[in-house]
Amino acid sequence: MNGPRAALLPGGRLHLQHGPIDLVIGARGPASEVEAAYAQATARFETVLGALVEELPLLRQPLGTTRPLPRGTVARRMVEAVWPHRAVFITPMAAVAGAVADEILAALVRGRTLAKGYVNNGGDIALHLAAGEHFRAGIVPDESVPVPAGFATIDAASPVRGIATSGWRGRSLSRGIADSATVLAANAAMADAAATMVANAVDADHPAVQRLPARDVRDDSDLGDIPVTVAVGSLPPEAIARALGAGAGEARRLRAAGLIEGAALSLAGVWRLEGGDASLLREAG
Amino acid sequence: MSDDIALSPADREAGVVRCDACPVLCRIRPGRPGACDRYANEDGRLVRVDPLVLLARPETAKVAFVEGSEAWQGELGRGDGAFVTGIGATTTYPDYKPAPFIVATERDGVDTVTVVTEGIFSYCGVKVKIDTDRYLGPEQAAVRAGGEQVGHVTTAEYGSQMLSLGGVRHLTGGSKKEGNVTCETLLALCNREAVELTVEGGATVTIQAAAAPIVNGQREERMRVGCGSAAIGMFAPQWHGHVDEVIVVDDHITGVLSEHQGGRFLDMRPSGIRVRGRKSTPGRYFQVAEPGMGWGGTDLADPLAIVERIDPKTAWPGLRLLFVSTTGEHSAWFELDAALRPVPADMPAAVRATVERIAENCEPALCTVLFMAGAGGSLRAGVTENPVRLTRSVASTLTRVTLGGAPAYVWPGGGITVMVDVARMPDRAFGYVPTPALVAPIEFTLPRADYAALGGYASRAVRLEDILRSERVRLEGGR
Repeated sequence: MNGPRAALLPGGRLHLQHGPIDLVIGARGPASEVEAAYAQATARFETVLGALVEELPLLRQPLGTTRPLPRGTVARRMVEAVWPHRAVFITPMAAVAGAVADEILAALVRGRTLAKGYVNNGGDIALHLAAGEHFRAGIVPDESVPVPAGFATIDAASPVRGIATSGWRGRSLSRGIADSATVLAANAAMADAAATMVANAVDADHPAVQRLPARDVRDDSDLGDIPVTVAVGSLPPEAIARALGAGAGEARRLRAAGLIEGAALSLAGVWRLEGGDASLLREAG
Repeated sequence: MSDDIALSPADREAGVVRCDACPVLCRIRPGRPGACDRYANEDGRLVRVDPLVLLARPETAKVAFVEGSEAWQGELGRGDGAFVTGIGATTTYPDYKPAPFIVATERDGVDTVTVVTEGIFSYCGVKVKIDTDRYLGPEQAAVRAGGEQVGHVTTAEYGSQMLSLGGVRHLTGGSKKEGNVTCETLLALCNREAVELTVEGGATVTIQAAAAPIVNGQREERMRVGCGSAAIGMFAPQWHGHVDEVIVVDDHITGVLSEHQGGRFLDMRPSGIRVRGRKSTPGRYFQVAEPGMGWGGTDLADPLAIVERIDPKTAWPGLRLLFVSTTGEHSAWFELDAALRPVPADMPAAVRATVERIAENCEPALCTVLFMAGAGGSLRAGVTENPVRLTRSVASTLTRVTLGGAPAYVWPGGGITVMVDVARMPDRAFGYVPTPALVAPIEFTLPRADYAALGGYASRAVRLEDILRSERVRLEGGR
């Protein structure tokens, strides 16, 4: 069995990998601080996957009326993030990527003086921004076209410290048809859970949309027999508008509930923004 | 836990595998990846998606290899015909964790352990031997790539010009651009790609490991047979009777047959032809011209320019004179007229044959690239808990060091400073990190008991067969 691994990537970034977790970590500040921060993040990373796996059966259970009480700090972040969404089918796994990013970011910045830091866990990003700093993230809705189609700029003054993107092409399965649903929230775990919700809501019943039971798509999926999207063919403009409208409605609901700060949805090249502060999300053009 | 991991008989029947690469223990059906996309089920077998490189031991017959086919697996599965290299092993950095692969394999009846890792070498460079007498530039001259200094010209060797490139002062001691260009240059050379370099006050040279050098656009075909004096010694008996004087033009040591020990031995009559330069010993002259791209590494286009004077008291009309370079690439035949002036003439066939023989005795000119690096503290820590014991074990040759399966020369003295011929390493063996530093595979092989004794992570050792089962491997014949 392979243990956790750490490597430096171009641009002075740190890469931590263990099993399915790939973190790309960046920090800006005095070199000694960055080095110490990377050491802290690497040390914390050692036990993350092992602790999650120990509680996996619990974390794969759909939420009911009793709030689960896991032992691990990452698992607790996951439950915290998904608990507000318990009215629909959701498991704590919906926030696993964001929760890991938050946990490692916390270890990265603890006691350190950094202008900026981020932990990118496969698109779910936890941020640290000192006063006056900002963070710019590109959104790539389609992996086969690896060029950002949209950007999100986060200013230190905004409450956003987490970005997550969900979509039917991503590693996680989606019930919706969004190419991308990018959510900005107070932390990465909240953004992760909400992005799943919003992406699921971007939906339209159309013969061009093909679905399969989740268990037929990926072994060990926590979604069981729930149909998930496996292909989206050409959609008429009204279906695109309807699907994006449904997603925007969900985003608006989550924003009103104080769970997210904003969202950007894309489907077939059409973008829909939902957010009070228009500067948070911009289209590339 | 074992109940959770066990696959049902139906799963096994369907070719499902349980990945044990990480604690997630994914259950993977044929043709699908695990949650990480790094491991996959290929026809009921768990494979790693990045290939590890496996070297067929040179003494093993080369196995025709198609990745994923059954033919090779039976062959290598015995575990003694293959050597796992560090390529694709990935590295831990800093290396405070055990190296990614510690392979236990039985060899010659001794249970050996090979610690396989990719090391990050901040202290590294290449020594380049360029088989040419052409003048590349003065010793200590700066060698540049893309305008940045990446090394210097160092002490010339017999028939070869030498460059020393890279090293920590160019990688990290200069500007960021200098570091990056140096890293790119080293990476390309180590991966056997061609690189164009310019020598300050000298030539532009294209070098590539195991390929002929190209000096100022001209491909060097042959390495000289020897210095001018050595050429005289080698061919004197063959010239005897066909010539009255031979001058082997060489920038280092020009030889003059009749004055040379080789000619004296044949009782040759002194010719009275005096060449320029500084006389070393009889028939051997230094500095006959300036170094350059002409005859024998000099700047001469006309060999007669080497002649200082012709002594009328000693020379005679009709004297037959051969000029030849140390590679046989240049040659000319003259006869003295009544006024003792050299006049070009047709070279007799017997003499032509000796010129051709000089060329025939030259080896093909090559560039040789030796990667030289020091295995630092953190790399050694990945191998053993007590790093200095590894150093001592290597120094006492108990531990064999290889890079990508190629044998490494370990410098005596402190530390683990190694040199290896990149031409013997598998393709694409080198990588880099933006430090900047090169990433190279390195393997330490020693008996298992000794490994445990020096504080190694013996409990982490996996059997070669298990590596073969779980990793996607690329097989290369040993070079």
